[in-house]
Amino acid sequence: MRINCPHCGERSLDEFSYLGDAVVRPDPASPNAQDAFYAYGYERANVAGPMQELWYHAAGCHAWLVVTRDTRTHEISEVKSAQEVALARQKVAGTAQ
Amino acid sequence: MPRSDRYSIFSVFLEGLRGQTGWGPAWRKASPKPSYDVVIVGGGGHGLATAYYLAKRYGLTNVAVVEKGWIGSGNVGRNTTIVRSNYLLPGNIPFYEMSMKLWEGLEQDLNYNAMVSQRGVLNLYHSDAQRDAYARRGNAMRLHGIDAELLDREAVRSMYPWLNYDSARFPIQGGLLQRRGGTVRHDAVAWGYARGADRLGVDIIENAEVTGFRLDKGKITGVETTRGFIGANKVGLAVAGNSSRVAAMAGLTLPIESHVLQAFVSEGIKPLIDGVVTFGAGHFYVSQSDKGGLVFGGDIDGYNTYAQRGNLPVVEDVLEGGMALMPRIGRVRLLRSWGGIMDMSMDGSPIIDRTPTEGLYFNGGWCYGGFKATPASGLCFAHLIARNEPHEVARAYRLDRFRTGHMIDEKGMGNQPNLH
Amino acid sequence: MIQSSQTSRLKNRGLIDRSQPLDFTFDGVPYTGYAGDTLASALLANGVRLVGRSFKYHRPRGILTAGSEEPNALVELRSGARREPNTRATVAELFNGLEAKSQNRFPSLSLDLLAINGLVSPFLSAGFYYKTFMWPAAFWEKLYEPMIRRAAGLGRAAPEHDPDSYDKATAYCDVLVVGSGPSGLMAALSAARAGARVILADESFAFGGRLLSDARTVDGKSGADWVASVIAELKSFPGVQLMSRTTVFGAYDTGTFGAVERVADHVAIPAAGVPRQRLWRIVAKHSIIAQGAGERPIVFGNNDRPGVMLASAVRTYINRFGVAPGETAVVFSNNDEGASTIEDLVSAGVTVAGLVDTRTSLPPAIKSLARKHGIRVFEGAVVADALGGSRVTGARIIASYGAPQTVACNLIAVSGGFNPNLQVTTHQGSRPQWRDDLAAFVPGALPKGMAVSGSAKGTYGLASCLKEGAQAGAAAAAAGGFVATAAAIPAADDEPTEVSAFWHVESSKHKAFVDQQNDVTAADVRLAEREGFQSVEHLKRYTTLGMATDQGKTSNVNGLAMLAALTGKTIPATGVTAARPPYTPVAIGALAGEHRDKHFKPTRLTPSHDWAKERGAVFIETGLWLRAQYFPKPGETDWLTTVSREVTTVRNSVGVCDVSTLGKIEIHGTDAGKFLDRVYINMMSTLGVGKARYGMMLREDGIAMDDGTAARFADDRYFITTTTANAIKVLQHLEFCRQWVWPELDVQLFPVSDQWAQYSVAGPRARDLLAKIVDAPFDISNAAFPYMAVAELTVLGGIKARLYRLSFSGEMAYEIAVPARHGDLLMRTLMSKGEEFGVTPYGTEALGVMRIEKGHVAGPELNGTTTCADLGLGKMASTKKDFIGRILSQRPGLADPNRPRVVGFKPVDKSARLRGGAHFIAKDAEPVARNDLGFMTSVAFSPSLGHWVGLGFLAGAESRMGEILRAVDPVRNSDILVEVVSPVFYDGEGARLRV
Repeated sequence: MRINCPHCGERSLDEFSYLGDAVVRPDPASPNAQDAFYAYGYERANVAGPMQELWYHAAGCHAWLVVTRDTRTHEISEVKSAQEVALARQKVAGTAQ
Repeated sequence: MPRSDRYSIFSVFLEGLRGQTGWGPAWRKASPKPSYDVVIVGGGGHGLATAYYLAKRYGLTNVAVVEKGWIGSGNVGRNTTIVRSNYLLPGNIPFYEMSMKLWEGLEQDLNYNAMVSQRGVLNLYHSDAQRDAYARRGNAMRLHGIDAELLDREAVRSMYPWLNYDSARFPIQGGLLQRRGGTVRHDAVAWGYARGADRLGVDIIENAEVTGFRLDKGKITGVETTRGFIGANKVGLAVAGNSSRVAAMAGLTLPIESHVLQAFVSEGIKPLIDGVVTFGAGHFYVSQSDKGGLVFGGDIDGYNTYAQRGNLPVVEDVLEGGMALMPRIGRVRLLRSWGGIMDMSMDGSPIIDRTPTEGLYFNGGWCYGGFKATPASGLCFAHLIARNEPHEVARAYRLDRFRTGHMIDEKGMGNQPNLH
Repeated sequence: MIQSSQTSRLKNRGLIDRSQPLDFTFDGVPYTGYAGDTLASALLANGVRLVGRSFKYHRPRGILTAGSEEPNALVELRSGARREPNTRATVAELFNGLEAKSQNRFPSLSLDLLAINGLVSPFLSAGFYYKTFMWPAAFWEKLYEPMIRRAAGLGRAAPEHDPDSYDKATAYCDVLVVGSGPSGLMAALSAARAGARVILADESFAFGGRLLSDARTVDGKSGADWVASVIAELKSFPGVQLMSRTTVFGAYDTGTFGAVERVADHVAIPAAGVPRQRLWRIVAKHSIIAQGAGERPIVFGNNDRPGVMLASAVRTYINRFGVAPGETAVVFSNNDEGASTIEDLVSAGVTVAGLVDTRTSLPPAIKSLARKHGIRVFEGAVVADALGGSRVTGARIIASYGAPQTVACNLIAVSGGFNPNLQVTTHQGSRPQWRDDLAAFVPGALPKGMAVSGSAKGTYGLASCLKEGAQAGAAAAAAGGFVATAAAIPAADDEPTEVSAFWHVESSKHKAFVDQQNDVTAADVRLAEREGFQSVEHLKRYTTLGMATDQGKTSNVNGLAMLAALTGKTIPATGVTAARPPYTPVAIGALAGEHRDKHFKPTRLTPSHDWAKERGAVFIETGLWLRAQYFPKPGETDWLTTVSREVTTVRNSVGVCDVSTLGKIEIHGTDAGKFLDRVYINMMSTLGVGKARYGMMLREDGIAMDDGTAARFADDRYFITTTTANAIKVLQHLEFCRQWVWPELDVQLFPVSDQWAQYSVAGPRARDLLAKIVDAPFDISNAAFPYMAVAELTVLGGIKARLYRLSFSGEMAYEIAVPARHGDLLMRTLMSKGEEFGVTPYGTEALGVMRIEKGHVAGPELNGTTTCADLGLGKMASTKKDFIGRILSQRPGLADPNRPRVVGFKPVDKSARLRGGAHFIAKDAEPVARNDLGFMTSVAFSPSLGHWVGLGFLAGAESRMGEILRAVDPVRNSDILVEVVSPVFYDGEGARLRV
């Protein structure tokens, strides 16, 4: 498997390490923080099909990436910088408020 | 001509004389009845063992096992066949030791030779810290009445004189040995339990994939399958590898990820390794099958997957470990590699528990320790289903232990399944 | 005598080089062959037909094929440390001095005592072992299994470590072509002409595939000559890499292929510096699988006798190797291959005693060909049995008409049709499709970027193969953005390739082998079906069909066709077992490459490693690092003496320890303090500039992850250290927090672990020593630079440095860091300037002793299951802020006050030794699990106190202070009494730190 790092280009699997489901850390101040953190930590997506997941380019640029990959075929349809995804998410959240 | 049903010296001899024509099917090709007391989803080792013990120990014989393909097509048919009970934590030790004891009596119980072979499991250590960690483990086992020996380098050398002692990057300092550990012919476990369950009246229904669950007021009433609806008072899930997918049909989210573990076998060679050896400084463990192939494996690939195959980096990593430990095997050839999908739980330990849905029971999260657990898993799951309360040795395997913070984390890797 | 006669060698035939005779031995007997031979062709040339013994029944076996699918002719190649078990004689390239031995026989190949298994074979049916060997139970490990294990297996592994080296490399290309037959060559040519970077790989030592085996012409040239012209053109392209002796064994995700190149298997010993084999990871944008097709045998009685050979192999031995594999042949076929075989046999002067074809009405062309050569034709007929023992002596032929008749022959050329070699196309989960017209499986849906061409796709005619290859090559190049047209198709004909499905001669009473290597017979298939093993996977697993070293290349389709017939299902409904990588077996050494012995993993050395080596340090592996464990002085004979002396010197004067292996990260930005507050349990934003603070990080699940120090050099500039073990993990975690969790923060992380050499200078004279190297005007006095102060300064006349007043040892201590290139100089200077104080270097052992004396937790305590409260650090956690791990650490199981806590232990008998890993039991309790109170994690002999001290986790720790417990260690036969004490054994007030 090869991942097309937006900074380094396409690189072999062994340069990356895997975290899993690209879930967002919940708000620690929310009243149901215990439940939310339990779900964040333990009930991670495990779908058979396309999944958004976090990878780290450990032997490269040290970027965290959001990779969209089909867990049945290992086909990767999209790779994005995690930081850019996270910033965009905050922007949307900010607009929504 | 009478059928030979029971395996005995007499029947084997008789069939030899009459051209093996008197054997009947090891299990019937059952078609689903409208309903059962219990339906077990998953005709792997755990599901079949559960059905067997439900019938044998708990008197429940109106039981069906539904399997989407052929029985034994999951991890019982694609593992590296090791059995052992060298666990560290109190939540695990009694369970795996019960499993070990069941293995020891399995063949007589089932009248089926699954080749349970106790040739020893040796975990090598390469540093003082590793030695002390293994001492802690060995001592925990001994306090539970389980055999464990801490060997020094010379004792390891006398067992396996040809490992790499003198030019190793991480020299072998010793090992933790469980002599009662060993290997079992994996496929035969599925067939033996299937045959045993079948003889007690259990229906084994192959090529029936579960497509949904039917509920009535929060209580389970049966399963939808590709061979039609099958009613059930109780349903047990034993579909490790696909647990999340199947449980999702019942609206259940599990603390589990699916990962692929590759396994390997070499061409057959004359006896080289008697027992099981695990390399403490790399990802590699090895034994030799009775057919002569070196059977070995290492780490999981490390990413979520439902494809039963892995990639080259892990292949290389495992083989590097093999050569580092045993430079004699450089010219032996790898024959085949394959992958199995593991239910990786969030603490590396399994789950055998009720679910929030009445009548629906869950067994999974076996990580890559499922094969050795097969008998105890079957027995404990049967107990849970029959009595609606956990078996004594499986009390810690609760579904809610992550919520309450009672993890059973042998490796200390936390909620990152690919590190267990 | 040495020069044997090569009686079966044909004159003026074959692609061998007769000017290069090569000597070799088989079972000790000397023979001669030629360059260009395989071991199999050379043995056949010398009239050797019996080559091996079978796995289970020890039946005599010969050579069935001429390729990598060979199930029978497996030998031990070479000897001593280079012994290679199970080497297929059909692919082993002959070299001068080659030694081969038959295997799995005792005492000799011609007289094998285990052939008695054949006599008791009625009892040894498929799966017999599942039904027996159970009485009595204890006999399994002691008697039955050892017996089975000794009998099983084939060759023997080498007796010594592999003396050869292996290599790994990665190659990139636009188009990978696997297989250099007609289709593969045309594909490579079309892609190369378009300008694509092409890799052409073939498992053989010669390119050309079937073109070397067939007596066919292409463009009016012989096959071999045409191949040579194409290869010459391919060589002219700079972007083309031609890889012979290279097997592409696996297809992995995203166009990655595994391949093994046999660099030096064709010589006796690899030349100096040359690896035996090389593992290639080939990354291809597009791939064309053109691995041809493999012939399958027909299953008939005694079809395993030496002299039964695949028809295509017969033709290969004649045309490529110039060898007649028999003198009188019967050809048994269900397809048009029979006719081509007749022609080659006749041209080689072999008498053809009969053409037996299962088809009731043969094409007229074949009949007239047979008539021309005066060959008897048996239409609608079968060879029911081969006659003979260790050599075929005849064929028993049964036709639909007339009585069975026996025809004398010593070669039966058999063809049951062809199976496309599609294994590599299925490695990523694709399932083959059945084609009735071919009576074969062809590739199904292909992975992205992969194409199949020629016989591998079920396209058998030569002209069609050439054409399809040219198109596939052009298409792959075009898909890669090149302007491509298919290369012009050379002149060639399509030969007839009609086939009629026929698998198994049921009329035989003899053993008929489906899987020859694993000795799986037709009766075994019937038995499996009878016992309910009716899934193709069950059949495989129950009978071991297809599980031999050829992965069933010559047996799978026959087996499942027979199963289909028994169950009344169609072949496609019966299904097929999956082929798994590798395509052919690959040496374990090749997959490991150079990663063995000391090079198994990289070795990391600190900047002053050479100095430590000169100083006589004993080193220890710490992860990938080699660290100095202790520094023995002349006359010190055991490690404890040395370590105790190092500790005592530090406690009384001064010592220096290399701590360069610590993880080091610069954290910059206006939000650096805020960021650190969120990742440490304690406050870091309140840390003053010029100060350091101990910090603890949790994982998000509330468990302690790592500890270290944070130092602040400016408002927006921190520097943190991690433990050696967690350096990489902590960086990854912090990057996760920075990029994904709080992307809005102005923070930058710079890993600088390797940039700084860092040394701990510890002991009452530490300041005096450092005063000698710091440059003026830096004031190192206690008042100006107190405990937990940090500073940037210069040392040794202008070398940039950082000084931290930190202590792990419990003494007044500093850590001093200089750029890595100055580490060696700094260490040497500290040693020479410290002579007057009696300075000692100290290693990881003394470091560990002092940290245990001080009760500092480390790796054995931060074991991934402990909370900061367990570690006695609960009070460090700030209640004024959120931090990673805070929420989940509040779960009841982790917040439980009864969890085991770290405490100290000392032996009641002061001479007793403590052991890490011992468990604690109440003094009067039985040593069983229910009384288990905890375990010892870290122990050391404290020279400061004169007895062993230990740290460990204890349940109910608070209420047990001062209690006497048993520390039981049954695995080391130790059971001693210990006292529960404070974990801080030395200078509890910390007075020595601040002086």
